[in-house]
Amino acid sequence: MSNAPAIVAAQEPVRRTPIALLDLIRTHRRVTFAFALVAVLFLIALVSPVISPHDPLAVRPDDSYLPPLTPGHVLGTDELGRDLLSRVLWGARVSLPVAFVAVAVGLFAGGLIGLVSGYAGGVADLLLMRFVDALLAFPGLILAIAVVAALGPGLRNAMIAIGIVAVPVYARLVRAVVLQLKQMEFIVATRALGATPLRLVLRHLIPNLLNPIIVQVSLSAGFAILAEATLSFLGLGAQLPTPDWGQMINAGASFLTNDPWLAIVPGAAISITVYSFNLLGDSLRDALDPRLRS
Amino acid sequence: MTAYVLRRLLLMLPVAFLVTVGVFMLIHLSPGDPALIILGEDRSPQAIAQIHQELGLDKPLYVQYGIWLGHIVHGDWGRSITTHQPVAVAITERLPATIELGLTALLWSLLVAIPLGTIAAVRRGSVADSVATGITVAGVSIPNFFIGIVLIFVLSVTLRLFPFGGYVPFLTDPLESLRHVALPAIALGTAGAAINMRFTRSSMIEVLNHDYIRTARAKGASWRRVVFVHALKNALIPVVTIVGLQIGGIIEGAVVTETVFTWPGVGRLAVESIFNRDYTVVQGIVLLAAFSYMVANLLVDLAYAWLDPRISYA
Repeated sequence: MSNAPAIVAAQEPVRRTPIALLDLIRTHRRVTFAFALVAVLFLIALVSPVISPHDPLAVRPDDSYLPPLTPGHVLGTDELGRDLLSRVLWGARVSLPVAFVAVAVGLFAGGLIGLVSGYAGGVADLLLMRFVDALLAFPGLILAIAVVAALGPGLRNAMIAIGIVAVPVYARLVRAVVLQLKQMEFIVATRALGATPLRLVLRHLIPNLLNPIIVQVSLSAGFAILAEATLSFLGLGAQLPTPDWGQMINAGASFLTNDPWLAIVPGAAISITVYSFNLLGDSLRDALDPRLRS
Repeated sequence: MTAYVLRRLLLMLPVAFLVTVGVFMLIHLSPGDPALIILGEDRSPQAIAQIHQELGLDKPLYVQYGIWLGHIVHGDWGRSITTHQPVAVAITERLPATIELGLTALLWSLLVAIPLGTIAAVRRGSVADSVATGITVAGVSIPNFFIGIVLIFVLSVTLRLFPFGGYVPFLTDPLESLRHVALPAIALGTAGAAINMRFTRSSMIEVLNHDYIRTARAKGASWRRVVFVHALKNALIPVVTIVGLQIGGIIEGAVVTETVFTWPGVGRLAVESIFNRDYTVVQGIVLLAAFSYMVANLLVDLAYAWLDPRISYA
């Protein structure tokens, strides 16, 4: 459930910058910890080509099913002799960008709908919100699966599908905040001074939207990574031989009796990543919401 | 209240219309001629022409939508492309397994969430509270298919405590049915347990700060009585609404869990149908999932308005 209005009410109206997030990261221990976790994940995704001990796609049949802690293969190898550590590290390069493109799609489309709906009101608001309600009527994963079923399996279509699922979340969030901001004195005054709608939106509304959006982006990123892994696990997202975590669990599940690490290692990677983003979103929300501060 | 119910039902109409448009467009968003998709391998010109005529594919899109909606309303959800079985029958056959799994998962989630959420609220700020909060975030972060795989590995493959896969209807053999449904239900219900625990905790904290709780304590009621008799009943109202939504979302959760545990329900049928490009079945399941979610939303709103009359006048 979003606490966006409370977060907006808690902050002073700003003209150019949101509440200094760096201050929050410095002063709130939970935020610091969560931010550090997310930063490490991004770092891994960035430097995985350098730190990976092997090529994640290199097939070595002679080295198949090596257990963890084998010299040269810390996490062991899979059924084709591919190094598991390298594949898990490269998996971050698949999951994180997919999640962020999906969140960007949802944020851009949903944010635009929410902005127009909240700012214009009237018929535009009525029509756009019915469209958003219709999207919300579909359970998230079912909507994503339906979109992938229509467009065909693959990473690109999975990104679009997860992005579409995120649209109503951002539309509702942005609309709620804009409706609240519209009543605030500084917006009324700016309008009375003759500011154009474009200036009002760009200079006054959007900067005040940033804090609730940042919280939502963190939570949506967690959901997007989970959804991408789920679609890939079902065979609807990343396709072979892409080193994708969900797809790796799917492949590893067949060898559970003798080689459980093939599924457990990528499963742990997904869980840690989603946990980090959820923790970041949760802690940011707590830090920004005055009702939860005590 | 009646006016509120009518208003809520009227608001549902345009949404229901848009949902049916979305589901109808599913097959038209796919690249290529829908007739070719429906026909699969048999692509003789006669068969294509017959499908075009049956579905009115040569007519404008809105006429096609009208024909399709007419069929849906009359209970004709089309036929499966692969098995030629009526879609409504295919779904109805699989629905009991999904409902059994979903309700067991819900029961499991409540059995975990209510006691832990209550303890976390009563001992706010303690180690128990921190552990419960940690479990909450972890519960929604671990993919349910991964929980399922770990459960299979530990409890089924290694310890051999539970069977892997297979469905026994509850009415056929209740005990065996529970043994088969236990692992998928735990996998499916864990995320729900985390969410319900969070709601129970925050709601309980709010209720425990109310004046009537202080009054009950002042009148000499024991802390246990205050928590379990006076507070818990009111604290569970928001939880009940969330549970209502979770019932509406049973099919969604079942998609993955049923695939992991080869559970013969609607969720697995959905995944199989996507791979077989069986669009009529996919359409049917998506429509069912969306409508059960919408109805659950409606019932939750009405329940909330009934419990808190201020909502009706808002």
